[in-house]
Amino acid sequence: MTGFFTLLYKELLRFWKVGFQTIVAPMVSTLLYLLIFFHVLEAHVEAYPGVAYTAFLIPGLVMMAVIQNAFANASSSMIQSKISGNIVFILLSPLSYHAIFFAYIIASIVRGLLVGLGVYWVTLFFFDIPLAQPVWSILFVVLGSAILSALGLIAGIWADKFDQLAAFQNFIILPLTFLSGVFYTIHSLPAGWQYFSHLNPFFYMIDGFRYGFFGVSDISPYISLLIVAICLVAISMLTIRMLKTGYKLRH
Amino acid sequence: MQPAIEVKHVSKCFGDVCALSGIDLEIRAGEFFALLGPNGAGKTTLISIIAGLTLADSGTVSVMGHNVITQYRQARQSLGVVPQELVFDPFFTVREILLIQSGYYGIKHNGDWVDEIIERLDLTSKANANMRALSGGMKRRVLVAQALVHKPPVIILDEPTAGVDVELRQSLWDFIRQLNQNGHTIVLTTHYLDEAETLCNRVAMLKDGKIVALDSTQNMIGKLPAGKSVRLRLLPDTLPAALHTLQLSHTGGMVELRIDTYAQVELILSALRSAHIEILEMHLQQPDLEDVFVNMMRNSGN
Repeated sequence: MTGFFTLLYKELLRFWKVGFQTIVAPMVSTLLYLLIFFHVLEAHVEAYPGVAYTAFLIPGLVMMAVIQNAFANASSSMIQSKISGNIVFILLSPLSYHAIFFAYIIASIVRGLLVGLGVYWVTLFFFDIPLAQPVWSILFVVLGSAILSALGLIAGIWADKFDQLAAFQNFIILPLTFLSGVFYTIHSLPAGWQYFSHLNPFFYMIDGFRYGFFGVSDISPYISLLIVAICLVAISMLTIRMLKTGYKLRH
Repeated sequence: MQPAIEVKHVSKCFGDVCALSGIDLEIRAGEFFALLGPNGAGKTTLISIIAGLTLADSGTVSVMGHNVITQYRQARQSLGVVPQELVFDPFFTVREILLIQSGYYGIKHNGDWVDEIIERLDLTSKANANMRALSGGMKRRVLVAQALVHKPPVIILDEPTAGVDVELRQSLWDFIRQLNQNGHTIVLTTHYLDEAETLCNRVAMLKDGKIVALDSTQNMIGKLPAGKSVRLRLLPDTLPAALHTLQLSHTGGMVELRIDTYAQVELILSALRSAHIEILEMHLQQPDLEDVFVNMMRNSGN
């Protein structure tokens, strides 16, 4: 286990040493979203009966910050190591591919949660947000960030260049995030768009996470949990398989 | 005795280009072994396959009896590799890197050994410097240190002295030689054939993905058709008749005479003395590994 804990420690240290860029900066940009949407929409929209738009928005933004940073951490760590060549020190070592997988994933979850917690903590000074069933929120935020960490690892392994990684991020991760109900409840959408939203696994993460705050959600949190868990298992298996076969890492 | 490295029928192609075709090689425990060959001969590919960085198309490789695929953890635990590229992790200091690397090999409290390697490789003044701040030669030393954190029985160095100044080269080889004397098996690739000749007991020469020569350094040099010779610049520039039978060449004021034994040098000198010919310049030529190398690369595989 020493190998696993060392790699985890190294991965944590990697983002912690540049914490201003990896934790504070994404917190600031998320809070800017909040400020702008609050200013423009607070008086006009009520997402659920009795739930003000800002209260509805905050869990969505927190979850968005968490998953974006979880993805960014795993993907950038992997691609930087690949391009600079220092991935060789991990590949030469007797670390098992399970150890590599869990170390990268857990470090990325931690970064995501730190950013999310930071955003949530700041909003507490200005807004009164309920936390009806925190266990649900914790469950979804951990599983959601784990999925995005694994996706980040896949993207980092797959991409040969930074622009390919940016494409993965801009054409897959970003649309799935923005169209998942971060900013709106899908019940406000036309029927066709609602249908497509149900095909988006990110929707279930955010809907389930929000359920923990308001005790209300677009669909049952049990169904969301099942779908998120299935996604996590499937994506993890794919990632572990890539590490095991040495896809794009061992030639 | 169990071989340190055993390579059986290993082939590897990248698309149409075959880097290795049917390599068989056994490196015994405790050897100081050189892998020589021109650029593109397949040396680095072979090392990468032994290290598990590259997967062979066919054949098997084991390190200290552990198959590098099926028992990869034990095989990698037995192996320390100094890569050819100057790679480094820009987030950490030298000492942090070495302690992290120790952890990857399952070693928790490695401070004493890390400090010893740092001292042996003359890195003490840079131990707490960030990797980015180091010169190329310093980075090379850190790479060597990283390969040694887990005291591997087998150490592979891929061109460790490329672009390294003379002083470091000397101290590096002293250190490596000592490791070899302490029982570590050493495998190196280098383009400096004099290094291989002084350091290594045995040499394999690769060309176009095949081993074209594999023998002890001494045997290889001994087998060369070209023997020893003496090169002389004379005044006047003529050769006594008695020495004409030994003459190999006479160009640009330099005469080259073939000798079979060093005792013949005495005969040559006395013949010149009695003919009143003065010696302005004299070189004794002996075949070295470089001659073997040039000979092998020219003749084999055509």
